Amino acid sequence: MWTHSVHSPRRNASRRSFLRGSAAVAGGLVIGTYVDFGWRGALAATPQDPPAPNAFIRIAPDNTVTVLIKHLDKGQGVATGLTTIVADEVDADWAQMRAEFAPANAALYNNLLFGPVQATGGSSSVANSFDQLRKAAAAARAMIAAAAAQEWNVPASEITIAKGVVAHAASGKQASFGALADKAAGMPVPGEVRLKDPSDWIYIGKHVPRIDSVAKTTGTAQYALDIRRPGMLTAVVARAPRFGGVVKSFDASAKRAVNGVVEVVSIGSGVAVLARDTWSAIKGREALKVEWDDTKAEVRSSDTMLADYRKLASSPGLPAVRRGDAEAALKGAAKVIEAEFTFPYLAHAPMEPLNGTIEVKDDGSVELWAGSQFQTVEQATVAAVFGLKPAQVKINTVWAGGSFGRRATPNADYMLEMALIAKATGGKAPVHLVWTREDDIRGGRYRPMVLHKVRAGLDASGRIVGWEHRIVAQSFVVGTAFEARLVKNGVDYLAVEGAADLPYQIDNLAVDWHHASSPVTTLWWRSVGHTHTAQVVEVMIDTLAHEAGRDPVEFRLSMLANHPRHVAVLKLAAEQGGWGEKLPPGRGRGIAVHESFRSFVAMVADVTAKDGAIAVDRVVAAVDCGVAVNPDVIRAQVEGGIGYALGAALRNKITLTDGVVDQANFDSYEPLRISDMPAVEVHIIGSSAPPTGIGEPGVPPVGPAVSNAIFAATGKRLRSLPWDFSTLKGV
Amino acid sequence: MAAININGRDHAVDVADDMPLLWFIRDHLQMTGTKFGCGAGLCGACTVHVDGQPVRACQTQVRDAAGRTITTIEGVAGRVAQAVQAAWQKLDVVQCGYCQSGQIMSAIGLLAQNARPTDADIDQAMYGNVCRCATYVRIRAAIHVAAKALA
Repeated sequence: MWTHSVHSPRRNASRRSFLRGSAAVAGGLVIGTYVDFGWRGALAATPQDPPAPNAFIRIAPDNTVTVLIKHLDKGQGVATGLTTIVADEVDADWAQMRAEFAPANAALYNNLLFGPVQATGGSSSVANSFDQLRKAAAAARAMIAAAAAQEWNVPASEITIAKGVVAHAASGKQASFGALADKAAGMPVPGEVRLKDPSDWIYIGKHVPRIDSVAKTTGTAQYALDIRRPGMLTAVVARAPRFGGVVKSFDASAKRAVNGVVEVVSIGSGVAVLARDTWSAIKGREALKVEWDDTKAEVRSSDTMLADYRKLASSPGLPAVRRGDAEAALKGAAKVIEAEFTFPYLAHAPMEPLNGTIEVKDDGSVELWAGSQFQTVEQATVAAVFGLKPAQVKINTVWAGGSFGRRATPNADYMLEMALIAKATGGKAPVHLVWTREDDIRGGRYRPMVLHKVRAGLDASGRIVGWEHRIVAQSFVVGTAFEARLVKNGVDYLAVEGAADLPYQIDNLAVDWHHASSPVTTLWWRSVGHTHTAQVVEVMIDTLAHEAGRDPVEFRLSMLANHPRHVAVLKLAAEQGGWGEKLPPGRGRGIAVHESFRSFVAMVADVTAKDGAIAVDRVVAAVDCGVAVNPDVIRAQVEGGIGYALGAALRNKITLTDGVVDQANFDSYEPLRISDMPAVEVHIIGSSAPPTGIGEPGVPPVGPAVSNAIFAATGKRLRSLPWDFSTLKGV
Repeated sequence: MAAININGRDHAVDVADDMPLLWFIRDHLQMTGTKFGCGAGLCGACTVHVDGQPVRACQTQVRDAAGRTITTIEGVAGRVAQAVQAAWQKLDVVQCGYCQSGQIMSAIGLLAQNARPTDADIDQAMYGNVCRCATYVRIRAAIHVAAKALA
């Protein structure tokens, strides 16, 4: 059930692009492009490495069209998405399309929204690739047409291409891409290409099957964990039980105690046990005795840390936004609502634990196999360990079993471990580093623990007159290469996004950030700051609507005059979710809307309260993410985002006792299970706007929509996450 | 120790007899379709069939698998398996796909026992299979599609 239509956007279809052909690889046509995207493009177009085959599209004599995927596909469907874009513009038959992960090469495969870095994240893959791939494909198409024209001695303008068939109507001649591939490779690369009018799209906005469905349902898709190299050893690492701890000493008698263990080496942050197989490595680690130096380690419990946060929140922090005079407005308000929201550390817990394989070659160069998400960072980090140039580190990107942010680290954490182990063992054998689930749950890089304190005031007519908002959280970008881009006036944008830029018309607004610090490592977790700011803003708005005696939808609409895309999704979700219907006692319906990654999502959630517990029955989502390249993948991402957010909101938290993580595996950190999953409807708004993010935007509205539904069902405000249902007893 | 029959072939066991079947299959036989998710029987990513029943390979020691018939995702066959895999493909259930070998093995086990499962039957049978991408809506739908195809 979804609504979708694509209107013809008014766009300059013949934007100039700078295209460069390159040598054919294994026969056929190879197309690459340097595209001018303004200042970002200028950065991007600076080749940093020796030129490699600059290729996005490979048309082979066997008639396959292979798209080189510069992004990591960790389930979000980008391999299908990028292939769709090319297939459409080149007018291929879907059956001839193939996808292959591109090699690591920042000059060719940089993320055009990030600068000169090959990286996947921020729900940017389709957004940054859309025009780039359309132009590359249009050039390929023109070269195929030129080859056919020359072959048949007819004007190129008379050549038609449809579903992979190249034809000349007047002469009745036809050929496949494969038959023309070699000749096309010799054609001049057009300096200018004309892009299809959106009304001519054949795959974009329609249904194509996922390109990875067959491999992933037959056990043949290859993940990093499935890499097997001759003579490979498997490594597991004993890491400090407290964040910031380092190895003081260790007793390596495990090497003798456990059959199959080959070597035990320190890498500073931990001790690696290398064995013939994973089981022996795990057993070897159990037999290992390590003494840790906790001098610089976190030794607080999370309750203590939260109390420290609360103290910080009692005074103003660094200003993220100041509009009007919130303090004065609150003094003059008819009613002031004050609320605290807390959020725990969260582990990402992708199904495939972190792992990767490293091999040192005879010539000293290094090859990696991993679900590589920040190829450029990882290449540089590993190169530095071995004293190599980045280009001497070859990365084979493979399918990743989820990430949710975890595989994208500013310091390439587990790749660095791999490199240090390979270095410490002299590169004798390929090393496959495997994190166990316990390593993953206890290993940090969590969504930060966050405390929000908000005071909001209504005037006598029920209008919001002032909003004062303090956020206490760690930063994971301060001190990294990302700081320059993401920290403005001392404020980490990722800690306040979604709050500092809340869409509602509020004249007196003050949003502050307090920089909490701890050796506990933190990271972006699917939708980053929005994981907590959406909960706070949308639950507060619901609270204020209730206090003002206004309908939550009408209340929001009255403050969104300048935000038509918020309005559209809000109205669509309300309409499809049956907003305003009367529900039986014990049931409740809540709504929330949030923008993230330049996409807009509203959700209506239905819950049933029974015996002090809550069941989420249904979530109806309305989504505007610009041009919907693959509507079914978009629906899947929103379904998945709902489940991911719901699991965390229901019961996930990472807590510390004296600095040691209390949770370890899926019993103490239990993910959403099928029995928790509500029915989901996703409605996509037809749009001609450029495509924007979808991997993450389905997450933020879930918590507040359900929290507001719980209030509607029970009269209880559960602000903090995970929800504490104990307060519902007897309701 | 008796050989372990996996996907119709006997394999001699030359590892410690307490090694979980999961690691014997993955590391020693190099059949990697069966996945490691938790190592504690909590997620179902390693689900295989032992004498036709879905079992967690991470909780099955090789000594207990000896003499039994094991089927993994690579060797699964027959009407029910085909219907399940076809339904998974038709609905594009997969996202990251890492848990899906286990999901499919559990779904085949369910449909082999119960030709027309209800949503409640599905939730019960699939409870032990975690999907962090939360493809659960489509897993439910695909099991119904497969059941219909088999009817």
